[in-house]
Amino acid sequence: MSTLVESPQTKSKREVIDRAVIRFAGDSGDGMQVTGSQFTNTVALYGNDIATFPDYPAEIRAPAGTIPGVSGFQLHFSSNEVYTPGDAVDALIAMNPAALKVNLAELKANGILIVNSDSFQETDLRKAQMETNPLEDHSLDKYRLFPVELERLTKLALEEVKIDAKAKSRCKNFFALGMCYWLYNRSMEPTVRWIEEKFHNKPLLVEANKLALKAGYSYCEATEAFQISYEIPPAHLSPGIYRSISGNQALALGFVAAAEKAGLTLFQGSYPITPASDILHELSHYKDFGVITFQAEDEIAAITSAIGAAYAGALAITTTSGPGMALKTEAMGLAVAVEIPLVICDIQRGGPSTGLPTKTEQADLLQALFGRNSEAPIPVLAASTPADCFWTAVEASRIAIKYMVPVIVLSDGYLANGAEPWRIPKASEIPAIPVHFATDPQGFLPYKRDPKTLARPWAIPGTPGLEHRIGGIEKQDVVGNISYEPLNHEKMVRTRAAKVEAIAQDIPPVAVDGDPEGELLVVSWGSTAGSIAAAVKAQRARGTKMGHVHLRHLNPLPGNMGDVLKRYKKVLVPELNMGQLLWVLRAKYLVDAQGLNKIQGRPFRQAELEERFAEILGKRERVQ
Amino acid sequence: MSTATLPPPLTRKDFQTDQEVRWCPGCGDYAILAAVQSVFPELGIPREKFVVVSGIGCSSRFPYYMNTFGFHTIHGRAPAVATGIKAIQPDLEVWVATGDGDALSIGGNHTIHLLRRNVGVKVLLFNNRIYGLTKGQYSPTSEFNKKTKSTPFGSMDRPFNPVSLAIGSEATFVARSVDVFQSHLKDTLKAAAKHRGSAFIEILQNCNIFNDGAWTSLTEKDARTEHVLVLEHGKPLIFGKNRDKGIRRKPDGDIEVVTLGNGIKPEDLVIHDAHQTRASYAFLLSHMEHRPGFPTPIGLFRSWDDLPRYEDVIQDQVKNVIAKRGRGDLDKLLQTGDTWEVK
Repeated sequence: MSTLVESPQTKSKREVIDRAVIRFAGDSGDGMQVTGSQFTNTVALYGNDIATFPDYPAEIRAPAGTIPGVSGFQLHFSSNEVYTPGDAVDALIAMNPAALKVNLAELKANGILIVNSDSFQETDLRKAQMETNPLEDHSLDKYRLFPVELERLTKLALEEVKIDAKAKSRCKNFFALGMCYWLYNRSMEPTVRWIEEKFHNKPLLVEANKLALKAGYSYCEATEAFQISYEIPPAHLSPGIYRSISGNQALALGFVAAAEKAGLTLFQGSYPITPASDILHELSHYKDFGVITFQAEDEIAAITSAIGAAYAGALAITTTSGPGMALKTEAMGLAVAVEIPLVICDIQRGGPSTGLPTKTEQADLLQALFGRNSEAPIPVLAASTPADCFWTAVEASRIAIKYMVPVIVLSDGYLANGAEPWRIPKASEIPAIPVHFATDPQGFLPYKRDPKTLARPWAIPGTPGLEHRIGGIEKQDVVGNISYEPLNHEKMVRTRAAKVEAIAQDIPPVAVDGDPEGELLVVSWGSTAGSIAAAVKAQRARGTKMGHVHLRHLNPLPGNMGDVLKRYKKVLVPELNMGQLLWVLRAKYLVDAQGLNKIQGRPFRQAELEERFAEILGKRERVQ
Repeated sequence: MSTATLPPPLTRKDFQTDQEVRWCPGCGDYAILAAVQSVFPELGIPREKFVVVSGIGCSSRFPYYMNTFGFHTIHGRAPAVATGIKAIQPDLEVWVATGDGDALSIGGNHTIHLLRRNVGVKVLLFNNRIYGLTKGQYSPTSEFNKKTKSTPFGSMDRPFNPVSLAIGSEATFVARSVDVFQSHLKDTLKAAAKHRGSAFIEILQNCNIFNDGAWTSLTEKDARTEHVLVLEHGKPLIFGKNRDKGIRRKPDGDIEVVTLGNGIKPEDLVIHDAHQTRASYAFLLSHMEHRPGFPTPIGLFRSWDDLPRYEDVIQDQVKNVIAKRGRGDLDKLLQTGDTWEVK
């Protein structure tokens, strides 16, 4: 749906549309992530719903101009609800031939293609392994191609600024950003403010970046290059104060909120690892909340220091990704055995081993569920969107403290770096987390449990009369002394399992989105929520009776999970792995569920989900 | 508060638990336990303030026999657990009991990082130069070519010198004592207790089952005086059965063993200064035992307490930021950055 209006300032037309997908692509040194984030912030502030997909290489700077060095940032913004960063791109900004080559396949026919024509020299083409110049060989004829001399025009605009040529060249991404602001009728104001803040003690850079941004905007205005510009009205989101937030930011804020609500010091033990490091960066700023961040010597010290902090009475967390999780496994077992509250965050990435550090994968569900020696059950939660990371952090902290257990939170690279609008809750809307430290020596025993939650007392050192010993060796029930007694061991193993299993009574039952029974149930978890919800919605619009269950709690599973599975003829579990939840559901509920499995370091596209729905429903029609 | 309301002073018995001590009869660990239990009540610290943290190994059963807060963790990780405890409760008196395998092999990384950060934790390293709990494999302090269960033709590893390693890690308190030298051990423990920063004590300990006689060259009656140099702050480095040998500086900065007499007086010798800011002198001392004719020093190699403790640095940073910005407000934090309102 679109309406054409005459733009008041220029002779070009302005078209009102309801959504657009834009992708910035360039060298990892071209500032594409900053450019994309700025555009995101601006459209979010305007009131559009958004979803982003930053996609960058593991190397800090792969050789300039080469294919491995390409960094991209995709944004889907709309006046309606946005579920995914979008399958196909409406506008692609390519800063060099390599970026063009990597990203062109996803640009729609007749899509807008802005390229930096200054970087299409022979050497640039060679680096991208192109034999002919695509700007001249008509291979781009099916797109609306706009070759722009970004390098030359930026330098021209910055002629008077007293910085060197290299620094001037680095401003060309803001020239391109200025062009995009014109193209989508957006104010440059938020980015101007950001530039002023970011470079507040480098006035020459403030001037240079502002000039480049405005020059890009004016270039479009003056040359009428595009002839048309677009307007995407604000979305109808539920009332409230909003901000744009990434998954890692939301996790960090969630833990600060949980600590405040529990009245505890937040302690984070962490060792830098992609894509989890930003949580450490974020939390290290919040000393004014008493937050203690400890950059440990390794992943093991990261978790064991957190165990020490929890033992001493903190809300303790450790944050990592798959390889780091593997290193923490023994310590997780200790946390299970000594029954202390602890939250372990795994921001998943492609594996095995080092795998794909910057690419997303639902890699570690089975590791989270089972990756420890012996019987060591741990509650596992997964966040579904960047903003949901906030509430997942709060919920994980609540469970850890209430039940005196370690809890695992699964996020992934896609949620960690992706952003969406978040309705900011008032602090008063976040429920309090009650904490009971044991203080009374009368009748105190370290493993005497709360009959309801089976939690043992949290008896922190420094409390007179509560001196006691705990450790990883099996303990005598109630008393806590070392015990190798056979029946006691079985009792303790079963009790720890029962404690975790009982959490199922304390979490919401499975809620089905869509038909309560029917042909097909789609079960998912984690970051695939958006694309699957969108695909299910589209399929239901075609008349299929089907439902969608998106799980936050993966251990224990909600109590009614088995019943819900029985209400549909077929069950499909799409995952960005080889079928890990699928394996669990088949084992636990003896259901003949099927999988849709993608292991490419990229999220699902809506279209590939719909194709699989059609296949499983026996309707092999082509999906538009 | 009048003295009448003060609780009775603590005794050794107050630090004993009802748990049966399960080390092999004759193990050096008994002597260390006895020394610690007799020193703790003398420190004037309430019992609930003590936390004994350990890893895995014979020595790491220590917390179960101490009637304080105790945490028997996993292999090698006690220093990291202790760091977390101190970060949250800097006022606790945290002691780590560890062994040569626990602290220097599987947990080597945590040991050096605890020391370089100067976390206010006392580390008691029970060094018996063998793996006892796993029944007799060589350890990272076993001598080269040692024949053990896992090295029937002799070990091929060169050993660590724990004191050198601790000094190399910038530890601010480094000492050595011996399980059977009870009064020296107690004095060393007391000195460590007074130190605010990281304190590292290597305790030479006999494993009479798997490495009996590990230290007899130092502990037997004659050897004790002949081969052991007792370091005492402010006193010359003298040793030998007849107290007639000493350590002297050479013009090139190195040290040599000299015999007193013939014009060599005690004041010509190195006068021990444990409080030097720089660690190079202590490092030189720690290496002398590897040289022919030199004694093995025990006592305080280094005791320099001017460096702030890690836990205090942590707390100070929090205090400073709060003093500057004020205590954080959750609503304000959540609304940081660009926000917009939807009506």
